[in-house]
Amino acid sequence: MTVEVVKPGLLTTLQDAGRAGFAHLGVGRAGAFDAPALRIANMLCGNPATACGLEITLLGPTLRLHADGWIAVTGAPLPVRIDGRDAPMWATLQVHAGATVALGAMRAGCRSYLAVRGGFDAVAVLGSRSTDVNARIGPFDGNPLHEGDELPVAKARGGAPARARTASTWRLDPDPWFDDGARKPLRLLPGSHLDRLEETSHNSLFSDQFEVRSDSNRVGLRLFGPRLGFSAPIEMVSEGSVPGLLQLPPSGQPIAFGPECPVSGGYPRLGQVAAVDIPRLAQLRPGDALRFEPMAFDDALAALRKRERALQQLQAAISNRLEWIDPIP
Amino acid sequence: MAEFSIEPLAEDALLLRFGDGIDIATNARVHAAARAVRAAKLPGIIDVAPAYSTLLLRFDAFARPDKNGLDERPHARLAEILHALLRGANPKTLDPGLRREDDQENAVALREGARLVEIPVCYGGEYGPDLEAVAVHAGLSPDAVVARHAAGDYSVAMLGFAPGFPYLLGLDPALHAPRRTDPRTRVPAGSVAIGGAQTGIYPRELPGGWNLIGRTPLPLFDPRREPPALLAAGDRVRFRAIDVDGFARLAGRPA
Repeated sequence: MTVEVVKPGLLTTLQDAGRAGFAHLGVGRAGAFDAPALRIANMLCGNPATACGLEITLLGPTLRLHADGWIAVTGAPLPVRIDGRDAPMWATLQVHAGATVALGAMRAGCRSYLAVRGGFDAVAVLGSRSTDVNARIGPFDGNPLHEGDELPVAKARGGAPARARTASTWRLDPDPWFDDGARKPLRLLPGSHLDRLEETSHNSLFSDQFEVRSDSNRVGLRLFGPRLGFSAPIEMVSEGSVPGLLQLPPSGQPIAFGPECPVSGGYPRLGQVAAVDIPRLAQLRPGDALRFEPMAFDDALAALRKRERALQQLQAAISNRLEWIDPIP
Repeated sequence: MAEFSIEPLAEDALLLRFGDGIDIATNARVHAAARAVRAAKLPGIIDVAPAYSTLLLRFDAFARPDKNGLDERPHARLAEILHALLRGANPKTLDPGLRREDDQENAVALREGARLVEIPVCYGGEYGPDLEAVAVHAGLSPDAVVARHAAGDYSVAMLGFAPGFPYLLGLDPALHAPRRTDPRTRVPAGSVAIGGAQTGIYPRELPGGWNLIGRTPLPLFDPRREPPALLAAGDRVRFRAIDVDGFARLAGRPA
């Protein structure tokens, strides 16, 4: 079965859990920016956590399914219409062959996810089906979807849910899995050069408001706010960098790295956005305001463990609820 | 004296620091450590990525589950393992490459054991629009700049910036040239460039502020190739000057 791209939306890409093991070649991770949202969409389709889905930015695509199938949409809230009829997010949706799935504009947040039962079956590049637009690696040579693209869907092991009829009348509570990011400060683990900020800059970082600039993307969120500076200039050579890194270039305006960030960089490190808050970073859109608050490393690890447990419990609850015939482990 | 320090970067990443400059001896220690970590096949290690003076390790924070199915102390556990592995607490895995007093030997050993890759470069003209500027800055003729650049014996310190982009050590100090004040939005693929004390090759069209002195027809990176990158960190590199016809031949198209 294939899914046809009738309209691509603003920026829609194939993404999975990301690329691993190629940082030494200069190849980054890519993958869903709001990773738990894609994972939950996959759960709702009975897919493995690593299955490939769509990451949608601000304005959704219109798709046509060429065979009967099941889909789920999670992440930032946007209208979902199947052949013109409103359908819920955070739910398992049955779609018949030939039906049109139209996703609208997001009311809040920045990124939504669509999974299809079986997962999209793009050719894996360097071990992943994630699109890295910046590095030009992945499906469609790293390009976003275009009108007329045909997306193959892998055959799921097993067919419809045993409780197909009830499946479509049931939906998850998006809380706590969607947060448009603006409500609470993003928690920041201390970076190597945080202590070398001059005092007023250090205070500003944790008390002032920053705004997401319009030239932000999956490489990084460029922030606009009080100009930050170090007490003495920092000379450094290129070092490894990872998504979530908050670095300070000479402009004094920080950049928070996203999934397509380079694997190395030469700017000082202010901190690292806690892994549990990266989905909230992903949901910030240009013009949104944000604040930072300090977080200790051990607390970040504890929060990540807690979230992982919650996701595993959710997985079990969804599997139990849907009882896909021949469920995928 | 600590021979390296460990900085936590993220919940799933550590940075091993062996120094803070750009020199072959420190870089050799980084590569020795990378080899030792890869050879040890530690469970849960996802990425081992060398830079000039640091080594990034990314790992699965949930690889060593406790009774709750989750690892309580992944960083501390990994740091203990790394100290034992790299400091030689276990004599069988002691890698002499990590002792600072052996730096010179390490640098020599690294280069002796390294693969040598020759890269043909068409210098100057349309392929090296900044050759003249580099020559003026160096107080040399363009030909002398080419001769010195092509005579260099380089080693790949790290790949970064973009997939397959090699940062090379060993640039003749006479050729050091400041980055351009107006970075180009499009540097063509294959451009051989000088940025400060560094020289490198743009694997594909990218924005960039380095001075372009030539171009190679060799593809530096192709994700469908095995291995995808032409160069690996630790490789030795030599440049060979070719003319426009030679470039066209190697690029597989008429001049």
